[in-house]
Amino acid sequence: MSDRMIVSTNINGEPVEVLASERDSLLEVLRDRVGLTGTKEGCNNGNCGACSVILDGRLVNSCLVMAAEVDGSDVETIEGMADGENLHPLQQIFLEEAALQCGICTPGFLISAKALLEENSSPTEHEIRYWLAGNLCRCTGYDKIIRAVQKAAETMNA
Amino acid sequence: MVTTDKKYKVIGSRPIRHDGVDKVTGRAQYGADIQLQGLLHGKVLRSPVSHARVKSIDTSKAKALPGVKAVVVNADFPASPDRLDEDSAKLKWLMDNILASDKVLYVGHAVAAVAATDAHIAEDALALIDVVYEELPPVLDVQDAMLDSAPLLHEDLHTSDIGGAKSDKASNVASHIQFTKGEIAVGFEEADVVIEREFETTMVHQGYIEPQNGTAFWNQDGELTIWTSTQGLFAVRDSTAEILRVPVSQVKVRPMEIGGGFGGKIPIYLEPVAALLSKLSGQPVKMTMDRAAVFQATGPTSGTYMRIKMGAKKDGTITAAEAYLAYEAGAYPGAAVGAGAMTVFSPYDIEHAQIDGYDVCVNKPKTAAYRAPGAPASEFAAESVVNELAELLEIDPLELRLKNAAVEGTQRADGAKFGVIGNVETMKAAQDSPHWNSELEGPNRGRGVAQGFWFNIGFESSAYAQVNADGTVSLVLGSADIGGTRASLAMQLAETLGITAEDVKPHIVDTDSVGYTMVTGGSRTTFAGGWAAYEAAQDIRRQLVERAAQMWEVDADNVEYGDDGVITGPKDDEGNDRSIDFKSMAGKLQGTGGMVVGRADTNKTSSGPAFATHIVDVEVDPETGKVEVLRYTAVQDVGTAIHPAYVEGQMQGGAAQGVGMALNEEYFYDEKGQLRNASLLDYRMPTTLDLPMIETELVEVENPGHPYGVRGVGEVPIIPPAPALREAIYQATGLRMPKLPMSPRAILEKKLEEGS
Amino acid sequence: MQSVKYARANTVDEAVSLLSDNGSAYVLAGGTDIIVAARERTRQVDLFVDVKHIPEVMAISFDADAGLTIGAATPCYQLYNNDDIKQHYQCLVDSAVLIGGTAIQGRASLGGNLCNAGPAADSIPSLIVLEGVATVAGPNGRREVAAEDFCTGPGTSILTQGEFVVSLHFPAPKPNSGARFLRFIPRNEMDIAVVNAAASLQLDGDTVTQARIAIGAVAPTPLFVTAAGEALEGKPLSDETIAAAAAAARDAATPIDDMRGSIVQRKHLSGVLTERVIRGAANRARGVEA
Repeated sequence: MSDRMIVSTNINGEPVEVLASERDSLLEVLRDRVGLTGTKEGCNNGNCGACSVILDGRLVNSCLVMAAEVDGSDVETIEGMADGENLHPLQQIFLEEAALQCGICTPGFLISAKALLEENSSPTEHEIRYWLAGNLCRCTGYDKIIRAVQKAAETMNA
Repeated sequence: MVTTDKKYKVIGSRPIRHDGVDKVTGRAQYGADIQLQGLLHGKVLRSPVSHARVKSIDTSKAKALPGVKAVVVNADFPASPDRLDEDSAKLKWLMDNILASDKVLYVGHAVAAVAATDAHIAEDALALIDVVYEELPPVLDVQDAMLDSAPLLHEDLHTSDIGGAKSDKASNVASHIQFTKGEIAVGFEEADVVIEREFETTMVHQGYIEPQNGTAFWNQDGELTIWTSTQGLFAVRDSTAEILRVPVSQVKVRPMEIGGGFGGKIPIYLEPVAALLSKLSGQPVKMTMDRAAVFQATGPTSGTYMRIKMGAKKDGTITAAEAYLAYEAGAYPGAAVGAGAMTVFSPYDIEHAQIDGYDVCVNKPKTAAYRAPGAPASEFAAESVVNELAELLEIDPLELRLKNAAVEGTQRADGAKFGVIGNVETMKAAQDSPHWNSELEGPNRGRGVAQGFWFNIGFESSAYAQVNADGTVSLVLGSADIGGTRASLAMQLAETLGITAEDVKPHIVDTDSVGYTMVTGGSRTTFAGGWAAYEAAQDIRRQLVERAAQMWEVDADNVEYGDDGVITGPKDDEGNDRSIDFKSMAGKLQGTGGMVVGRADTNKTSSGPAFATHIVDVEVDPETGKVEVLRYTAVQDVGTAIHPAYVEGQMQGGAAQGVGMALNEEYFYDEKGQLRNASLLDYRMPTTLDLPMIETELVEVENPGHPYGVRGVGEVPIIPPAPALREAIYQATGLRMPKLPMSPRAILEKKLEEGS
Repeated sequence: MQSVKYARANTVDEAVSLLSDNGSAYVLAGGTDIIVAARERTRQVDLFVDVKHIPEVMAISFDADAGLTIGAATPCYQLYNNDDIKQHYQCLVDSAVLIGGTAIQGRASLGGNLCNAGPAADSIPSLIVLEGVATVAGPNGRREVAAEDFCTGPGTSILTQGEFVVSLHFPAPKPNSGARFLRFIPRNEMDIAVVNAAASLQLDGDTVTQARIAIGAVAPTPLFVTAAGEALEGKPLSDETIAAAAAAARDAATPIDDMRGSIVQRKHLSGVLTERVIRGAANRARGVEA
């Protein structure tokens, strides 16, 4: 157990102390040590965005962050996106617009889109596509995802 | 645009899917999310060489590493009986692919597996396993593999030729099939023009974002439970039971949510290994593949070499069509060349045709189904030649297709006759589309169109549906949901019972809890699963009619179940109408004889073939060869769109995969058989920036073989993109690309070569 | 992930001593390259030294006379959100918005991109044409290394054991100057460059008073093509001089055939991209959109 260490962070607003391995990535800690499996592994090298989380207010790939690095940091995952019983508008609109099929990429897209709209509340189609280029989807061809983000932006600005 | 004029209450609407909230909140449990007490982590050691005899495997150091609980190799599988028949050959191949025995046949071929308390330790243990390989020369190209001088992958594989003959010599060619219609020589005689072309496509991958996974717990009482993301729970159960030599009743497969399949999650890779590791360690074992292993060692689709020759009269009548299709099977036989041969010319009524197909082993992973398996390659080739014929004859490409279009009654080269189909309808809808009727202006731009055909299958599905006291219905299904089918099946049940989709609660259950259901694939689920849901609902209707009759003390023949969900009976003694709605009836069931369950086990072979027409506009940068997709329209005959948003989604998703396959996706093997681009960085699937919005037009030509007219919709949309893009690129650049992908490199090099 | 330890440095000296005393120790800045290398075992990594808690390594400072200093581990997103950099060092923004995707840019840094020393690195041509200089700290104190002298081969640099890049410095913007970086990839994002290029020009009327051109992914290291600059300097900018510069770039390129590109393609694109970045830089020098 010599590679174990304690990592203290805030996850979705709650203080969490994890016994992690020095070899763990943030993704592995979330899924295997804390039990928050909403964030997914698709490639483990930063090329698919399925592991997207918000770290200290910034969109990152959690497979490219070591657990040790987040000691003292704030992490937001998909599990924290809804507000109690109320879905975030992005979540609700993704459902209404059928912007998911198998759903494996959906947590990553929602977190990325949330980060986008917090930075730019009225993105153009090109800006949406550019921001989300690091999130791969193989089922939808992206059309309904982009439309859902556009609609969410309108709803949130209303 | 949906053209059906039938009035449905639920079908055709867009309810929020039943599993939706779980999927947008991260609560949905996919295979890799499973958490169990005492879970161990399993990892696989894979061959670094592409072709070799395995001389020895020493696992002793790995077993000794603290934290390692079990190590397995192929020899740990129960021995298969000494039979020489075809079934046992297939079983040996299946087991060898899961863990190599005497030979490794591709880089990434699984050789051993470890279970440990921690995934990091399991990975460390792999490095401690010593394997001695005697390397052999690999063969990596389908044409090379067909030569007499080619290195052989299987010394006991003989070619099954037409008519059942087997070749004397061993070969990499597992089989040769042929379809003929009319007399090809006569057909070419009648032609005024003949075009003959060669094409090549490379191996490409389904590209699902979720890697394969499998978790197993082999309990001390002999019960084996498997949790996995699969397209076919029963296939996993049956294969695993066969490999491990245990009765099927001892194996229970619990379906987890699945993160994409497209055919690639029908074969099994990890489940029997996890089971063995669990048996030896006494604990549950979870295994997930890493992305490199997904590319190297699951089931991509065949690379191909093809020749197409077509002859036509000046008036556009296609008189003859000939195809030579050589498909890479990968390490073991089973390329989808049969389906490629059955689809290649099928959008057309051609009097004389001959199609030869070859299933050829090469030192690459064993191919698996990928969305309309076999057809994207063969139809790319044929549709490309049809477009060239149109140009040569100076006939509009859609007019040429309409002139030769297959219709109801047309016989295909493989002998099957079409029933009611929407081939002409999609071509006409494409002609009427805003896209086709718009001007494409600007330099370096071009437009292309192409047709696609896929047959779609039927086969077994089961369902049972329990009426709950509150008027909801629990619908129990054996079909893995990879694209929203649980919603469409719930909707078909709801439509039949006259209730709302929200009042149906679909559950996908384990293999002990529902009857045999064939895999989710082949575009069959909404069709065949829909039949099962429909028949289960009919069963409920019958039972509710009997119960109402019993309640009212009248003859059941005088009681009717209305499509609006209201049961009506004969007037009572006071002359009042007797009626009761579904919800109220549900509330009375417990007190009148117990709950009602509807059952269905169906097996439908009559499928609903699907046709699609896609139109694409591109701009090609003349200095770099890079293709920009400017505009895309997908027109498709969808039978009846149960849930239009998810039908559109299938069309858009299939088109996107077709675009990827056409423009940038390819497997790069070096001369040693190393896959150089086994990552999502260099295996280039389309991103959000690589596609425009994808316009969809839904044409509804109902399938008479289904109560609601359903046809399969999922597969055909992957077929037209490549040939449509080839034509668009030609229009933009004057270059006729002979190979896929039509990458910037390929286009630029061809341009520099041709000096244009 | 291989067996690896983690340590946080709070000062430059601490970082130097951690890097000196711990076998194969690597700086952990954004981690977007080194974590992958450690996981895939393409580098042996015994210790990650996290430098992101050293203020100097994460700071941005601009002065109209002194120029721009960027902490080596500053994430890309901070560069393209910085008004001074957007206004005066657009070429750095060109690079920063292209490295990986948005999430990668949330962590990846110019210093990391430089030290990873990939031949196709998306920042290095920009660093070169903007006359970037790396401040390196090590057991023997600090030294400065020009961007064009930094890389020695694919994945290797002039850094010795215990050394790391603290910051990057760029001279103050010159009047009537502009620079542009472009990359060619098969898709529209997320790819490693098949070829990339950067140019910076200073104009006096139509005459080019200074030109620096760099190309990447066509040699074992990014190349500073002095011959291309010489083809432009001292003359009015014209289609002929631009074509000559492009030809010089093509000649300097020694690309290989690999899964990302072919020799023929890369040679051709060296010329095409060089022309395009020169024209873009000239437009910026004239105060026009690139």
